[in-house]
Amino acid sequence: MRVIQAVLASAAIVLGAAAAQAQQQLTIVTSFPKDLTEVYKRAFEAKTPGIKVEILSRGTSASIAYVREAPAASKPDIFWASAPDAFEVLASENLLQKFDGKNPAVPALIGSYPINDPEGFYYGQALAGYGLMWNTRYLKANRLPAPKEWGDLVKPAYHGHVAISAPSRSGTTHLTIETILQGEGWSKGWQQVLMIGGNTAAITERSFSVPDGVNNGQFGIGLVIDFFGLSAKASGFPVEFVYPSVTAIVPANIGLIANAKNAELGKKFIAFALSEAGQKLLLDPKISRLPVLPATYASAPPGYPNPFSGKIKPKVKFNSDLSRSRYYVVNSLFDQTITFRHRELVAATKAIHDAAARLAGRKNAQAAKLLAEARELAFSPIVSEQKSKDKEFLTLFSQTKRDALKTKQLTGLEEYWSSTARKNYVKAAELANQAAAMVK
Amino acid sequence: MKSLALRSWLAAGVRARADYTWSQAAVAVLIAAFLIVFLIVPVITVVYVAFADGAGGVTLSHFGSFFSLSLMRESFWSSIYVGVWSVAIATLIAVPLAYFTVRFEFRGALLIQTLGILPLIMPPFVGAVAMQLIFGRSGAVNLLLDEWFGFKIPFMEGLNGVIFVEALHYFPFILMNLVVALNNIDSSMEESAQNLGASGIRLFRRIVFPLAMPGYVAGAALVFIKVFDDLGTPLVLHQTNLLAPQAYLRITSIGIEDPIGYVASVIMVIASLFALWLSMWTMRGKDYATLQRGYAGLAKRRLSPGQTVLAYGWIALVLAVVLAPHLGILLLSLAKVWSFSVLPDAYTLEHYATVFRDSPRMIGNTMLYCGIAATLDVVIAMAIAYLMLRTRVPGRNALDFTVTIALAIPGVVLGIGYLRTFRGIEIPFTGELLTASWILIALGYTVRRLPYALRSCVAALQQLHVSLEEAAENLGAPKRRTILRVVVPLMAGGMLAGFIISFMTAAVELSMTLMLVSSQNDAPMSYGIYLYLQSAAGRGPGAALGILAVLIVAVGTYLSHRLVGSRANTAGDIQRMA
Repeated sequence: MRVIQAVLASAAIVLGAAAAQAQQQLTIVTSFPKDLTEVYKRAFEAKTPGIKVEILSRGTSASIAYVREAPAASKPDIFWASAPDAFEVLASENLLQKFDGKNPAVPALIGSYPINDPEGFYYGQALAGYGLMWNTRYLKANRLPAPKEWGDLVKPAYHGHVAISAPSRSGTTHLTIETILQGEGWSKGWQQVLMIGGNTAAITERSFSVPDGVNNGQFGIGLVIDFFGLSAKASGFPVEFVYPSVTAIVPANIGLIANAKNAELGKKFIAFALSEAGQKLLLDPKISRLPVLPATYASAPPGYPNPFSGKIKPKVKFNSDLSRSRYYVVNSLFDQTITFRHRELVAATKAIHDAAARLAGRKNAQAAKLLAEARELAFSPIVSEQKSKDKEFLTLFSQTKRDALKTKQLTGLEEYWSSTARKNYVKAAELANQAAAMVK
Repeated sequence: MKSLALRSWLAAGVRARADYTWSQAAVAVLIAAFLIVFLIVPVITVVYVAFADGAGGVTLSHFGSFFSLSLMRESFWSSIYVGVWSVAIATLIAVPLAYFTVRFEFRGALLIQTLGILPLIMPPFVGAVAMQLIFGRSGAVNLLLDEWFGFKIPFMEGLNGVIFVEALHYFPFILMNLVVALNNIDSSMEESAQNLGASGIRLFRRIVFPLAMPGYVAGAALVFIKVFDDLGTPLVLHQTNLLAPQAYLRITSIGIEDPIGYVASVIMVIASLFALWLSMWTMRGKDYATLQRGYAGLAKRRLSPGQTVLAYGWIALVLAVVLAPHLGILLLSLAKVWSFSVLPDAYTLEHYATVFRDSPRMIGNTMLYCGIAATLDVVIAMAIAYLMLRTRVPGRNALDFTVTIALAIPGVVLGIGYLRTFRGIEIPFTGELLTASWILIALGYTVRRLPYALRSCVAALQQLHVSLEEAAENLGAPKRRTILRVVVPLMAGGMLAGFIISFMTAAVELSMTLMLVSSQNDAPMSYGIYLYLQSAAGRGPGAALGILAVLIVAVGTYLSHRLVGSRANTAGDIQRMA
């Protein structure tokens, strides 16, 4: 019994202590890794003594759910994440609070993309571009050249060495895919995405799985957001990172949550994160993100990419309205035809590569025709560009409230995509094998 | 025993005998209230939400939606697949080892005991990271295989990785149960069979294995339940198409209202209960009891030189593979860079410095939560054991039954149940949400680890003859004094074993922790390790924190063992419980 008393007493003391501190605590919901949050936490606590920063780390979508479900009396103060979509969702549900906390030294645009939310709900805090990261030891051991463009990844040599995460599970991958689609156009873009998908060793479920796999040599090449590559390199891993020419640079944002418990503290933190001192923290090798404040680059180590210098030329003017309008279609199409049909797609791609290698340098019109058919079957998007712009088709996907009929329509459509893709891939593999057999 | 428990539960209300004291009844009521609030209600809430149609009625439509999603169907079958294969591989490892130790004169007993304790001190998800580096596509083993023989073995591809890690981690459950079962077989059974002409494989298949069956099934069921429940390993290996990760992802990303997550939870509970029931059913359905006891199990034989080589070879191989994750984590915690190479390039102590600078709080949190949980566990378990074996308080067996059920409730499910049951409830005077505080984590650990502590305390009290208490009472000691001065000291060994096993297993628990931790300041080490493993620069510190967790648990075990000394066979108790 005495033990229980002791336990209860100590619990009461801890609770009391927590209560006493409740007023001076800043709560941040974020999808960023501990390497980043720990640095900011320590810096901010040092700058404003007596204040405790509490970090709630969750995935982007889990963070949204958390902010939404937190009771009004104890809303967290700050939302801090990469994907602009997440902030749009929160703003549209009135979960973000407008305030004027802009740092005037931050330019209005990066390329053609506004760094800060035009409506003032959230602010760009760092910039992120998408690119290719590879393990130099892996490529050397497999005698592979380093890739430069997305298009390089469709080459037969890279078959089975590439990794990408599913856009439905990772906001950053969704932006990468959307960038390719906007840069190359719907049909050509999907063709490229499908061909890259056919060369992958794995479609991972989380965005971090890709850089993690490249770091430890499970995968040769990964499609990643820049700081994954840059920070891994700075941490000493034998990896390199490059921005392909079709890339978009978009801001990672920070925003004040509506009805925040400690709104004033929250504003202070945002101001700190946007100030020169706060921006400099991004240059920490473990973080390696691109500051939004151009002056910060003066103290960057040599070779640090600077998006304001004009060296990285984002060819794509990222259109976030277009991205948002077809968000669910792109994700679902990717899942049904690539993620869930990975085995069949890889088999078809392998057969096509093999047949192409055998046909190389030989003249066999019929075999070439079969191979072209196989390519057509395997690498054409199931949804046409026209359909992808159809309003009715898009609303079917974007509706959040789904009645039984809509749900049935939707699952029916997905099942159709999935089975069609499977059929196409199997057929494509057959055709490719036939073509290969002809030139034996 | 279970049917008895159930019957007494049902009959509890009817049969009100007055042969118990009020204080005993009060203790029973207190424990029952605790179990109802923190085990039964949350689980029933989860089940209710899975069947609720939102208007107060009951519906099966959520189950329909669940199985109409191909992802969920795939997750369901994958979970079964991983569970069954993990049991199969674990069996393949454990059965020969158990047979060697029991059947032959053999100096490997200490090794086998070591194997039994290893999985308890490191969570499988930590080992999974190291396993990637050792057995993965470009891990040490495959790099060497590729260099020497030009081929690779896909140990860690897809679900293989999960199965491999889980089987290696949990096979001791089968091993330990099987060793106990084999030791209980009467050697005359074997001799009779031999006299009738059976030998070799036939003897093993027809006589020895059936007699050891109950022990094996108990172990296998436990492995299945553990694997089904494990959330950390699939997440670290990036395999989310399994039930536990799906339930976790649905609830955390779509929201606490999403019925699909609850359906996944209910299916997990059903599968675990089924496994538990199956293990009891096999034990009950057939009577394997042997007449004579007291014989030291099967007759031991000498190994022939060839057999000796085979047996030691197998043990060496198993030991090497089982130790691989531990060794791998140690290397990772000391490595500067380890990428696409057999061993790390260079070594450093920097990661330990990082952990001590950034996360000392997490170490403290683990001590606090697990300390509270293990203390409560031992107190409650001791009380239940006493009520069961020394009193006639009605419903005492029901308490035992309820606690045992906790064994089959996956951590993810209990976590979801807590979030749902206690949502919106504030802790008085602070305005802090109960679901956002660490109190639920500690209480959750308490409930989840109670079965271990209970078995340990029951075993200890069973071995204590009641005449000792009667002697004390004859000398005029009141009940309370008897318990405190006679029973508790004599049970110290069993209680300590219960404390240690509760503490150890709570310290490495992640499934529920991941659901309930809301802020980094309140996070225990297991969560911290998981968090570190989410970034490139965090792998070293994550591994370092893992090694610290192993050390704390190991040192704690050793110290408490020394403290009680030879008075109790703590290690033996722990292994039997495991």
